Amino acid sequence: MNGNGVREVALPKVELRHVTKAFGERVVLDEFDLVVDDGEVVCLIGASGSGKSTVLRCINLLEPIDDGEIFLDGNDIAMPGLDPDPIRQRIGIVFQQFNLFPHRSVLDNVTMAPRKVLGRGKAESAASATVLLTRFGLRDKADAYPDQLSGGQQQRVAIVRALAMRPEVMLLDEITSSLDPELVGEVLDVVRELKREGMTMLIATHEMAFAREIADRVCFLHDGVLLESGRPSELFDRPQQERTRQFLARVTGVTAR
Amino acid sequence: MAVVSTAVVGVAVVVLVPKAPGWKRVEASFFAGDVFADVFPGLLRAFWLDVKIFAWSAPCILALAMLIALARNVRSPALFPLRLLAALYTDVFRGVPVILTIYLIGFGIPGLGLERPWNSPLLWGSMALVLAYSAYVAEVFRAGIESVHEGQRAAARSLGMSSRQTMTSVVLPQAVRRVVPALMNDMISLQKDVALVSLIGPIELLRQADVDKSLNANFTPYVAAAMIFLAVTIPLTRLADYLLHRQRRRTGATAVA
Ligand SMILES: Nc1ncnc2c1ncn2[C@@H]1O[C@H](COP(=O)(O)OP(=O)(O)OP(=O)(O)O)[C@@H](O)[C@H]1O
Ligand SMILES: [Mg+2]
Repeated sequence: MNGNGVREVALPKVELRHVTKAFGERVVLDEFDLVVDDGEVVCLIGASGSGKSTVLRCINLLEPIDDGEIFLDGNDIAMPGLDPDPIRQRIGIVFQQFNLFPHRSVLDNVTMAPRKVLGRGKAESAASATVLLTRFGLRDKADAYPDQLSGGQQQRVAIVRALAMRPEVMLLDEITSSLDPELVGEVLDVVRELKREGMTMLIATHEMAFAREIADRVCFLHDGVLLESGRPSELFDRPQQERTRQFLARVTGVTAR
Repeated sequence: MAVVSTAVVGVAVVVLVPKAPGWKRVEASFFAGDVFADVFPGLLRAFWLDVKIFAWSAPCILALAMLIALARNVRSPALFPLRLLAALYTDVFRGVPVILTIYLIGFGIPGLGLERPWNSPLLWGSMALVLAYSAYVAEVFRAGIESVHEGQRAAARSLGMSSRQTMTSVVLPQAVRRVVPALMNDMISLQKDVALVSLIGPIELLRQADVDKSLNANFTPYVAAAMIFLAVTIPLTRLADYLLHRQRRRTGATAVA
């Protein structure tokens, strides 16, 4: 929908068209297509090395693409020469390894970008950070340093840090993969909460049960190509592609949680 | 056990060395009490010049070294020549003995027949120290910068921070903290190498000791000068070791050399 009175089909929030990305000789994404609608939660599944992280890093402009287009609200954001910083502010990403800033307190981790990038005042950014930290049960950790927190707490801080920029899309890259099993739940709860709020999310995950539960759509990647996508019930229960069936048989056989 | 063995060695040195046949001669020419008392105040005054040279060279070295390290770290292809220049600089000044740099610059530039104060050997001697040492210190900074994990950069950039903000707020604070012990070691060497400036004229501690040696026809001034240097460098060395030790314990990792 736009303002000129003409009804249009709603633009996708994020769209990748024929995105190609190679590291040296190795083609990691091959004419990759993907659409994420506003408010939609899409999970990317696939074997290690299939390109899930690369998709997320390309959308966040952390990796330059070799060919194709990436649209955010209909605007091509991957055009060479565009300033990536204002675009990245609108897209939050959370990494498997948390990547918190170890030399700064939790509160400083969360307020750094709002202050430096958006020019927010110290008190103002601290107040909104505290609201977010409180909501995710981290209020009493505001003055702690990252190495004083459990992995689950660190990852929740990393999510809060991304949310503090009020992103329109969240990209989550295997955010529970380096956590002890008993800490996975608290982080997934945060993701559930974000879904309730209507956050648009693209989630790379190895947690099939979680993907089935949270995703509006699941995409199966194989060798840098989106082989198959569908509602969780379709993709998990009635996979169309032989590769998808093999992958699901392998992971559900091994990682029944 | 350590105490006992140390005591045994100590006693042996004190008892046996004076029994050596040449000891009387050595004692008279290196450990003459009256010469020592005579020259010591003058040596201390001369040492003040070493302190001054150190005091103005060290900040210049740190600043220049940081600029070079940053230049070696630029990633933009347009700035590649800068990067190349910085690499050339460190290669040249690390490859030439410090003393040769001091001779070339300290004798060469005043030889151009410049007006005061631009013909001062003190100025150009200090400049030579700055040029030589900043090459070493730049490598220390560079190692520190490279030791900061790529994920830190990615996290900062993904929040919309510019590469400059990422460097100043995320990478450098962590890098500098890691290299403090190595920097201390370079500063201790600098404290000693300041004496090299005397070779092109200025009367600092080493030069003064030289003069006193000739006047008294006795080597005791050298021993006195060594004691003055040690009085400064031993505490500094201990401090550097302590910092390094503390850091190893805290990070559980080896610091960057
Ligand atoms: N910076 C890089 N340089 C070279 N090759 C890379 C780089 N990053 C990723 N790759 C390669 O790209 C391919 C896809 O990697 P990617 O990380 O996107 O996979 P993934 O699906 O996220 O895997 P995983 O489940 O292990 O996280 C892999 O073969 C990987 O080795
Ligand atoms: Mg990955």
